[in-house]
Amino acid sequence: MESTDIGLWGVPLAILGGAIRVSTPFIFVSLGETITERSGRINLGLEGILVFGAMTAYAVAVMTGSPWLGVLAASATGAAFGLFHGWICKFPKVNDIAIGIALMLFGSGLAFFFGKPFIQPSAPDLPAIPLGGWSNIPQVQAALNINVLFIIGAALAVFLWWAFKNTRAGLIVRVVGDSSDAARAMGLNPDTVRLLSTGVGGALAAIGGAYLSLYYPGSWSEGVSSGQGLMAVALVIFARWNPLGCFAAALLFGGAGALGPALQSVGVTQGYYLFYAAPYILTLVIMIMTSSPGRSLAGAPGELSITK
Amino acid sequence: MTDIAATPSALSPKLSPALEWVARRAEGFVIPVAAIIVGMAIFSVFVALLGKSPAQLFDLMWRGGFGSWFSIQNTLSRAAPLLLAALCVALPARLGLVVIGGEGAIVLGGVAAAAIGVWLDGAPSFLVILLMGAGGMVAGGIWIGAVGALRHYRAVNETISSLLMAYIAIALMNQLVEGPLRDPASLNKPSTHPLAEAYRIGSIPGMDVHWGLVVGIVACIVSWILIEKTRWGFAARIAGGNVRAAQVQGLAVGPLIVGFCALAGAFAGLAGMIEVAAVQGNANGSLVAGYGYAGILVAFLARQNPLAIIPVAVLLGGIDASGGLIQRRMDMPDATVLVLQGVLFIVILFSETFYGRFRIFNPDLWKRG
Amino acid sequence: MTDRFVLTRRQLLKTSAAGAAIGAATSILPFSAARAASATVGFIYVGPKDDYGYNQAHAEGAAVLKAMDGITVVEEENVPETVDVQKTMESMINLDGASLVFPTSFGYFDPHMLAMAAKFPDVQFRHCGGMWTEGKHPMNTGSYFGYIGQGQYLNGIAAGHATKTKKIGFVAAKPIPQVLININSFLLGARSVDPTITCQVIFTGEWSLAVKEAEATNALVDQSVDVITCHVDSPKVVVETAAGRGAFVCGYHANQSPLAPEKYLTGAEWNWANVYKMYVDKLVAGEPLPNFTRGGLADGFVKMSPFGPGMSEAARTQFDATLAEIMKGGFSVFKGPLKNNKGDVVAADGQAFPETAVELESMDYLVEGVVGSTS
Repeated sequence: MESTDIGLWGVPLAILGGAIRVSTPFIFVSLGETITERSGRINLGLEGILVFGAMTAYAVAVMTGSPWLGVLAASATGAAFGLFHGWICKFPKVNDIAIGIALMLFGSGLAFFFGKPFIQPSAPDLPAIPLGGWSNIPQVQAALNINVLFIIGAALAVFLWWAFKNTRAGLIVRVVGDSSDAARAMGLNPDTVRLLSTGVGGALAAIGGAYLSLYYPGSWSEGVSSGQGLMAVALVIFARWNPLGCFAAALLFGGAGALGPALQSVGVTQGYYLFYAAPYILTLVIMIMTSSPGRSLAGAPGELSITK
Repeated sequence: MTDIAATPSALSPKLSPALEWVARRAEGFVIPVAAIIVGMAIFSVFVALLGKSPAQLFDLMWRGGFGSWFSIQNTLSRAAPLLLAALCVALPARLGLVVIGGEGAIVLGGVAAAAIGVWLDGAPSFLVILLMGAGGMVAGGIWIGAVGALRHYRAVNETISSLLMAYIAIALMNQLVEGPLRDPASLNKPSTHPLAEAYRIGSIPGMDVHWGLVVGIVACIVSWILIEKTRWGFAARIAGGNVRAAQVQGLAVGPLIVGFCALAGAFAGLAGMIEVAAVQGNANGSLVAGYGYAGILVAFLARQNPLAIIPVAVLLGGIDASGGLIQRRMDMPDATVLVLQGVLFIVILFSETFYGRFRIFNPDLWKRG
Repeated sequence: MTDRFVLTRRQLLKTSAAGAAIGAATSILPFSAARAASATVGFIYVGPKDDYGYNQAHAEGAAVLKAMDGITVVEEENVPETVDVQKTMESMINLDGASLVFPTSFGYFDPHMLAMAAKFPDVQFRHCGGMWTEGKHPMNTGSYFGYIGQGQYLNGIAAGHATKTKKIGFVAAKPIPQVLININSFLLGARSVDPTITCQVIFTGEWSLAVKEAEATNALVDQSVDVITCHVDSPKVVVETAAGRGAFVCGYHANQSPLAPEKYLTGAEWNWANVYKMYVDKLVAGEPLPNFTRGGLADGFVKMSPFGPGMSEAARTQFDATLAEIMKGGFSVFKGPLKNNKGDVVAADGQAFPETAVELESMDYLVEGVVGSTS
């Protein structure tokens, strides 16, 4: 192994690397939830779907030897969970927030249950693209070893941002999310649109899980997720239902999360719990600074139970 | 659906008022019970598919959760912390707020109580316990009260801010417990100095369940009275329905939101204090036991009704209590209980759609044939 | 597994027929009667019992007991260190008739196990890692632990030979004595090869936090650290991430060499089966169980993973020589002159703490050469 002493430069580099490495699950889950919430439904159960997706992807990758089949299988199960959530919430008086919480237990429980035989075996990792070849510093090369899913996630964010504004499907989702009555007046069936949006949201969340188990940290265990799914749902509100905002929020969260280990690695060793809380503190501070009565919920879908 | 209901119009007119009284209240009992039965049935299919015996499973669940005096106490011990944790969700819900960060208030309440108990070491126990409770409530109250204040005065979404603040609270607790408040003698489990024996909360006489159960039940009853029988509760419901309408009526929505959130946080903080004084004997990382998150589920299952929180918490406690027996006797992993909870709660929550659909529960419709 | 299932089935049938729990009935019997022919032993784990680490090491020990005649093993995983664990112990005693309980997480000791020990004086409790003290703790309780710091010292020797940058790294959960002793031993082992080596430690703050463990490993490699070990509940992530970045790894808790066959040097593993079998043999024979049990490599409580290809000839020689020294007993990893990383003397010249020194179990410092802080 070649090595170069980079000293304090390790901190910004770790934040960059961390942003790229850690953010991907947040990107996929929050983009998925953006689609769901834009249609007027909230799915707090994405944490459970993410965990189940992580397990499925790993299991399928172990059994078939193909990580991409794992991702595919994960997204299929995620879609199934999402459609289930969408279907059950279409009944009157059923509370989507509460069902989401129950789904979180259900998804994690099933994943832990069926994931037992896959804790020991190793699965093939998803490939990464080395974009750091221009540098001869190994740390930079490592930080710029970018996983394909991250790139897909970034492209998806841009695409969704464009699609919500410029496509008929985007318009339909937005109309349904803003007012069921208006949607019905346009001849749309809000339940169907929400059902599909929740299904897509679930599929994306499960891909986020696949990234966790197949790339970073890259193994299946019951502790693979430390609440990324739940946090990503919260980040959607932070990003004000804007796909580009989700991408930025995910990067911010991933980068800030790298601060704690990086500071310790250069010798700043006191108070690490507080450094570990950096992503949460930073997000909260930004939210407080950018909110004010009146304009805070600009962009909030009118039918969303959590912001009504 | 509506056709299922029988029409007991032939009954004698004398019986009807009593019957109507029963019918109107039966819905809230029959539907959840039916949902639990259906949920269990679905889960038994899952168990049977795995080649295990559903009959054995239910027998174990009964014995582990409710079938003996020991099991009942086991269940109640596990239900106790959920009562206060669920109130941290149910009270803000009355104003239409979804607070999911009660865990943070529990943790900080516990740390505050432990710090006070250690600091006042030597003072009369009655006073110290009271101050520990007050300290826990203040710490939790400030934490969730701030969530309410941010919501009203800065329009920061309470769901995300409470979640973020829960993570921050846990970090603060860890920093304090492993730093300034650490008892060096706690060795491999960083903890604050232990409370003197006199400052511990014991068990309810005749039971092996600590006083937290009684405190929780009292808090649920008080919250129910607050919501249903006082003008603040009434005002909160109006504000929860429509903030502008409430403001037009001259209600002080800001203080109402902050007050309800602070009270909710105070209950959670009290749960932390009880955890310290009745179970742990000091504050440590085990305060992060997930009670805050379990409380969200309890509150939603109870449809945010403080009185309904009591049976729901007992149900959840019973499932937890029997989970161990299932693991041990049936050789099934701990995750089995998660799956059961997921299935059961999805069915119970789904059953809400049936409220008002059965004519048998609605005497007003009886006469129409 | 099948036998156990049948047995419990039969118990159940009897139970429902008699109307009283048979498990409860056995627990009423005096301790001597219960141990005569058979015994039920309870194991409680703080995490999932297949975590490739701490809990799995215990579960593998428990699995050995299952094969013993007349021994029924009951296990519960993911039990938090709250009232839950008290009720779990009570339930094992009341409903399963357990006469010996092993709560395997440090946090189960005080107040949880002590409370149950007072309540059930006829049941034996043996706890992993606790500091059982005569006169202070009840006689039906006790604690056992292994001098795994010895293993980390040997890991350090392997690391000292493998490192080119003279920087080795440690991913740790929390700054507690059991972890600090490992970090310090790892560095002292490496310094026995080359006294200029330093060890960078990163605390993750939690026992199981996959993403943070991976980030910590990456941060270490970014700072030119080229040999890494860890003390977290499940070392899988650290081992795979470090090897993926090209660093050598030393394992912990269990043998992780299949995860990184090229980069795995060696590892410090638990061997709990020995300990559990010792207790149960005594239980069945009706002998009193020891209250304070400790042991290291020589006692078979701890073992080392087989060498990986990264072990040089020099490394193997020094490793084997030191191991032989340790096997003789009385080996002191911590001996003066030794300073902590704040410059204070922790062992004066000529002072030595052999593995059995109880002071080591309340270690609160990092030795000179470790970059990190205990709070």
